Amino acid sequence: MNEFTNWDIFQALILAARWTVVLSLIAFLGGASVGLLLTFLQISSRTALVRIARFYVELFQGTPLLMQLFLVFFGLSLLGIDVSPWTAAALALTLFSSAFLSEIWRGCIESLPKGQWEASRCLGLSYFEIMRHIILPQALKVAVAPTVGFSVQIVKGTALASIIGFVELTKAGTMLNNATFEPFKVFGMVALIYFLLCYPLSVASRHLERKLNVTG
Amino acid sequence: MSLVNIDNVHKYYGDNHVLKGVDLKIKAGEVISIIGRSGSGKSTLLRCINGLESYDKGGITVDQMEVTSDEEQIRKLSKSVGMVFQSFNLFPHLTVSQNITLAPKLVRKVSAEEADTLALQVLEKVGLKDKASSYPQELSGGQQQRVAIARSLAMQPKVLLCDEITSALDPELVGDVLNVLEELAAEGMTLVLVTHEMNFARDVGDRVIFMHQGKIWESGDAKEVFAAPKTPELQKFIDAVL
Ligand SMILES: Nc1ncnc2c1ncn2[C@@H]1O[C@H](COP(=O)(O)OP(=O)(O)O)[C@@H](O)[C@H]1O
Ligand SMILES: [Mg+2]
Repeated sequence: MNEFTNWDIFQALILAARWTVVLSLIAFLGGASVGLLLTFLQISSRTALVRIARFYVELFQGTPLLMQLFLVFFGLSLLGIDVSPWTAAALALTLFSSAFLSEIWRGCIESLPKGQWEASRCLGLSYFEIMRHIILPQALKVAVAPTVGFSVQIVKGTALASIIGFVELTKAGTMLNNATFEPFKVFGMVALIYFLLCYPLSVASRHLERKLNVTG
Repeated sequence: MSLVNIDNVHKYYGDNHVLKGVDLKIKAGEVISIIGRSGSGKSTLLRCINGLESYDKGGITVDQMEVTSDEEQIRKLSKSVGMVFQSFNLFPHLTVSQNITLAPKLVRKVSAEEADTLALQVLEKVGLKDKASSYPQELSGGQQQRVAIARSLAMQPKVLLCDEITSALDPELVGDVLNVLEELAAEGMTLVLVTHEMNFARDVGDRVIFMHQGKIWESGDAKEVFAAPKTPELQKFIDAVL
C-alpha cells in the first residue's frame, strides 16, 4: 500500500525544512533587533525603562512558547486582526527570542568588570563613547558563543509552529505520517534533519567559545 | 588659590555616614599621602575629587572647576584630574598604545599622529616604550600599572589620584611603580596617593593625611607625622603597619 519511497519522504521533509530555516532566520533577526533594544533599556539608568524591559523579559521567559504562540494566533484573531500562521509564528518566536537574547546580552555586558566603566569615565569618555569603544567590543566577544548556542533553541522552537498549522519540518512529518503510517521512519528522518540543522550550530558555539576565550 | 579645594564634604551610602566633614586644600606640586584603616573613607574621598562618586554636602573644586558627577562636568574634569586604580583597569581588547591614545583623541581632540607621539612620550616616562603594541595581558602586573599611569598622564592632568596602586602587585614589582611616582613627584606633578607604603609616604610625600572614621583625624608634614603622632589612633595605626 506504500506508494512513497524513503527518498520521496526525505525529499518532502527537506523541502519543508526550508520553512523551518526561514522561520528560524526571521525569528533570530527579529529577536536580535528587539533584543538589542531591550538590552539597552535594561542597562539604562532610567528606572522606568529598566522596569518595562524587565517585565517584558520576565513575561516571555516565564511562559511557555506554545502559550505565546496561541495568544498571538488566537488572541489577535479575537481582536479582529486576522493573522496567518506564518505571521503568528514569526511574531511569537520573535517575542520569545528577543527576551532570551536580551537576557544573554545583558549578562555579557554586566559581566565586564565595573573598573572598565570607572576608568573610562575618569578619562572623560561619554556614555556612548564608553559603549562604543570599551563595553560593546568586549561584550560582543563574550556574547557570540551563547548567542549561537541559543539559535539552536530557536530552531527547535519553530517545531511548535506546526500546532497552529504552519507547514514546516514537524508539520510535514505529521502529514507524511498520516499518509504512510510509518511514524518511526518519518519522525526518525524529521529528527535527523533537526539534528543536521542544530549540530553544526552547537559545534560552532563551542568552537567560538574556546577561540574567543583564548585571545581574551 | 589651591589646585584642589575640599570644603566640609559629607558623603552617605544610605545610612552609612562615610565622610564626615572633610576639609583639605592641595597646592599645585604637592605630594599628599592618605593613610588609614580599611573602611575609613580614603577611596571614597579620592573618588569624590574627580566626580566618580557624588557627595551630599559641602563643596569640591579642582582647578577652579566645581566637581559634580554630571557627565559633562566629569568630561571637563578629566583634563585636570587623572586616576589610577588598584586593579589597573586597562582595556584588555586594546593595545597599550590604543589604551593610551583613546581618550586624548576622543576627549581632547588630539589628532591620531599627535596621540601616537604622545603615547610614546608617556610610555618612555614609565619605561615601557617597547611595549606600545603589546596587549595588557602580555604584561606583568607592574608593567600594566605603569601603562595605567601612562594612560592617565596622556590626558595631561594637573593632579593624579592613585588609590592603593601597588596593593595588587607582587612585592618585587612594587618598586618599579613607586619609582615612576617618585619621578613624577620630582617633576612637580601634584599627587594624591592612598597608600600602604609607609616608607614611601614618609620619604616622598610632602604631607600625610591620616583618615579615621570618615574624618581627617590627623595631618601634617610627612616626616613629623610619622615621627611624632599626636593622636593615639594614629599611633596605634602606625604601630600596626610598621
Ligand atoms: N559603593 C559603595 N556602596 C556602599 N557602601 C560603600 C561603597 N563604597 C564604600 N562603601 C562604604 O564606605 C566606607 C568607606 O569605604 P572606603 O572609602 O572604600 O574606605 P577605604 O578606602 O578607606 O578602605 C566603608 O564603610 C564602605 O563599606
Ligand atoms: Mg580603599
